[in-house]
Amino acid sequence: MKRDTPFTLLTNGTALSWADVPEWPLAEFLRNVGAELGRGERLSSFFGVPEGDALRLVAVLAFDAGNTLAVGRSQSFSGSFPALTATHAQAHLFEREIWEQHGVVPENHPWLKPVRKDHGAGPAVGDFFRVDGREIHEVAVGPVHAGIIEPGHFRFQCAGEEVLHLEIALGFQHRGVEEAIAGGPHRATVYQMETVAGDTTIGHATAYANALEALAGTEAPLRAQWLRAIALELERLANHTGDLGALAGDVAFLPTASACGKIRGDFLNLTALLCGNRFGRGLVRPGGCLLDGDTERLSQLRKRLETALAEVQQAAAWLWDAASVRTRFEHTGHLHAKQAAAIGLVGPAARACGLVRDVRFDHPTGWHRFAQVPVSVWPDGDVFARARVRWLEIQRSGDFLREQLDAVPEGETMSSLPALAPNSLAVALVEGWRGEVCHVALTGADGKLRRYKITDPSFHNWTGLALALRGQAISDFPLCNKSFNLSYCGFDL
Amino acid sequence: MSVHDTLLNRLKRGCETMAYPKGPAPALPDRHGGALKVEAAKCDASCSACVTVCPTEAIARPAGKPVALDLGRCIFCAECVTVCPTKAITQSNDHRMAVRQREDLVLGDTGKEQVRLAQALDEKLRRLFGRSLKLRQVSAAGCNACEADTNVLGTIGWDLGRFGIQFVASPRHADGLLITGPVSKNMELALKKTYIALPEPRIVIALGACAIAGGPFIGHPQHHNGASGLVPVDLFIPGCPPHPLTILDGLLRLLDRLGESDARR
Repeated sequence: MKRDTPFTLLTNGTALSWADVPEWPLAEFLRNVGAELGRGERLSSFFGVPEGDALRLVAVLAFDAGNTLAVGRSQSFSGSFPALTATHAQAHLFEREIWEQHGVVPENHPWLKPVRKDHGAGPAVGDFFRVDGREIHEVAVGPVHAGIIEPGHFRFQCAGEEVLHLEIALGFQHRGVEEAIAGGPHRATVYQMETVAGDTTIGHATAYANALEALAGTEAPLRAQWLRAIALELERLANHTGDLGALAGDVAFLPTASACGKIRGDFLNLTALLCGNRFGRGLVRPGGCLLDGDTERLSQLRKRLETALAEVQQAAAWLWDAASVRTRFEHTGHLHAKQAAAIGLVGPAARACGLVRDVRFDHPTGWHRFAQVPVSVWPDGDVFARARVRWLEIQRSGDFLREQLDAVPEGETMSSLPALAPNSLAVALVEGWRGEVCHVALTGADGKLRRYKITDPSFHNWTGLALALRGQAISDFPLCNKSFNLSYCGFDL
Repeated sequence: MSVHDTLLNRLKRGCETMAYPKGPAPALPDRHGGALKVEAAKCDASCSACVTVCPTEAIARPAGKPVALDLGRCIFCAECVTVCPTKAITQSNDHRMAVRQREDLVLGDTGKEQVRLAQALDEKLRRLFGRSLKLRQVSAAGCNACEADTNVLGTIGWDLGRFGIQFVASPRHADGLLITGPVSKNMELALKKTYIALPEPRIVIALGACAIAGGPFIGHPQHHNGASGLVPVDLFIPGCPPHPLTILDGLLRLLDRLGESDARR
C-alpha cells in the first residue's frame, strides 16, 4: 500500500544510506512525525544522534496496515525542541530518554523526569505525581521486591484500597548497553545483545543479527532463518506457559501454577536441546546460527514438543474451567483499546485490547515471510484477555512448530558476514514474546556502529500497566503486574 | 471439567519431584556447556588464540606464567575450547562449579586445572543453617536469566523447600543474600541496605558471571563488576546463567547436604 508521506519507506530488516533518510528542519520534522502519529501510525523508535555538540532526532514509524516502516530525521540543533508528548502520548518516554541521553529539552513535556538515572548519582526515583486529600495515602514498593524478581520502584496514590494513580520508576538495572555498543561491533557485543533481556535472548539476538546482516547487505542462510523462527517460538512457549502458571499462582489456583512451572522448564529444555543453553545463548549470530539440528535431534525435539504441548493444554483447561479463576481475571486491570493505541502498546498486551499488531504478521522478515502465524486477539483489555491471548499464542506457536518441524529446509546455517556498509541505517523488528523488539543501527564513515538504539517492548508497555491499575484495588497489583510481565533490564538497558 | 477431574489428574501424575540428590542427577542436554578444565602444561607458549577470542577477558597469559582462565569471568561461550590447538582447554558436561574462594575459580596451573569445589560452612553455621536456610534475593542489574533459573528451583520438579531452603520476602527474615547481576550503580544503595538489614550471622551468595565479575558487561562504568567489592561473598556459582542443577549443587554443597551423591561421581 503506497500512500503519500514525506518519510522514506523501508521494509523490516533492511538498510538504507544515511543520506537517503529525508532531513528536515527541526520544526518540520516534528510536524511530519506528529502528522503520522495523528493518522494513527506507531512510533517504533525515536532517538537522538549526536553530531559534534549538536543533535539530530531520528524517528522510525511503523505503518502497520501498510506493512512498511518509515524513517526521517531532523537537521542538527541544540538547546530544546517542542515536545511531541503534549499531543502524542506515544512519544512520552522517548522524549524523556532523549533529554536524559543528550541534554536537549523537550519543551512543555508534561512529565519530564529521568528514565534510568538521576543526573547526580542515585537511582531514578524523584518527585512523584501526588494526589492530595485527607483520604489519600501513598504506598511505596521496591526497588527490591518480595521474590526473585528484578528491581523497580512503584509509587501508588491510593484512596483506601483504590489506586488513583501509579507511577513506575525504573532505571535500577541500567548497565549502559547502548553506550557499550558504540564504535562496535566489539567482541562482547553479541553476548551483550543476548542479555539485553535474558528471557528474550532469541528475540534480541535475532534483531541484532538482522540489523547487522542488513548493513552488510547479506542475509542469513534460509536454514538459519528457519532455526531462528523455531527458537523464537520456543522462547514464546516457555514464557507464555510460565506466565499462565504465574497468573494462576497469583489467584491461588495451584494445579495450573505448579503444572505450568514444570512445563515451562520443559520448553526451556527444548531450546537447550538445540543449543545447550536453556535461554538460547550461543545460537543466533550475525550471519546465521552457530549450531544446527541434525535429524535425530529435530525428531526428538518434535516428540518432546508434543508431550509438553499436551501437558500445557491440560493445565490450561483446568485454568479456564475454574469459575474462581474467571471471577478474579475478568474486569481486573482493564485497559481500553483507545488508551492502548495512544500509548503505543505492543505485543500480547496490545492484542489483548483488540489491537491487531504483531511484527510476524505486519512486518514479516526472515522465515516469517514464508510461514505466517495468525495474530491472536482478544477484545476485553483485562487480565483475562491478557491470559487468553497468551493461551491462543501457545496454540499458534505449537501449530507453527509442528508444521515447520515437518518440513525442514536444507542447507548451511552459517555464512560469513561481509563488512558493514558505512553511513547506513538499518531497522530490525522482531516479535519477541513480550512484543516488538526494535533495533536501529547506524554506521559511521568507518563502517563501525556509530549509534545503536534498542527499544524493548517493555519500554512501550510499562505505561500500560500504570494505566491498567487506575481504579483497581491495590491488592490486585501483583495480578495486573503478572499479566503484563514486563522486563526491567530490557527497559533500563 | 470439575474440581474432581483436576484433583484426580494431579493424583495420577504422582510425585514429580526429582530423586536427586538421593538418586541420580537429572540428565543435562548433550550440548550443555559445563565446567571447563585448563591444563596449562599442554599449552603452546607461543599461542594466544584463546586470549584473543574471549569476550570477557577471562583468559590471561601473564609474562613468564602459564595461561590462566578465570571461570568467574567466563560466560561459557566455549570459543576458547574451539580455538585451542593443543586441547589445553576442554569443557566437560559437569554441572558442579560452586566455590568458596574467588581464586578457586582461576584455572590453569599445575594442581589447579579444575575448580576447587566449595567446602561446607563451618560447623557452627551448618548447625544454624543446615536444615533451614532462608534467603533474600537481590537482582542488581541481572538480565532475568539467573533469576529465572533460580525461580525454577521452587517448581515441583526441583522443590527447593524439601531442603529447608526458601526465598523470603524480607531481609529481616533471611539468613543469607543471593545476588544476581553485576550490581549497577543504581542498585548499590539498595544492595548495601539489604545486606545490613540481614541479621547476623549472614551469608552471601554471588550467582552467575555478572554477580561474580561483571559478566558480558565486565569493565563498564555503570556497574561494579559484581558484588565482591561491596559485600563479603561466601559462595560463588559461575555460569551465564548457571543451570538450576549447578545452583542447587552449590547450595547443597555449602550446607553439606549432598551426601553420597557427590561421592558417587
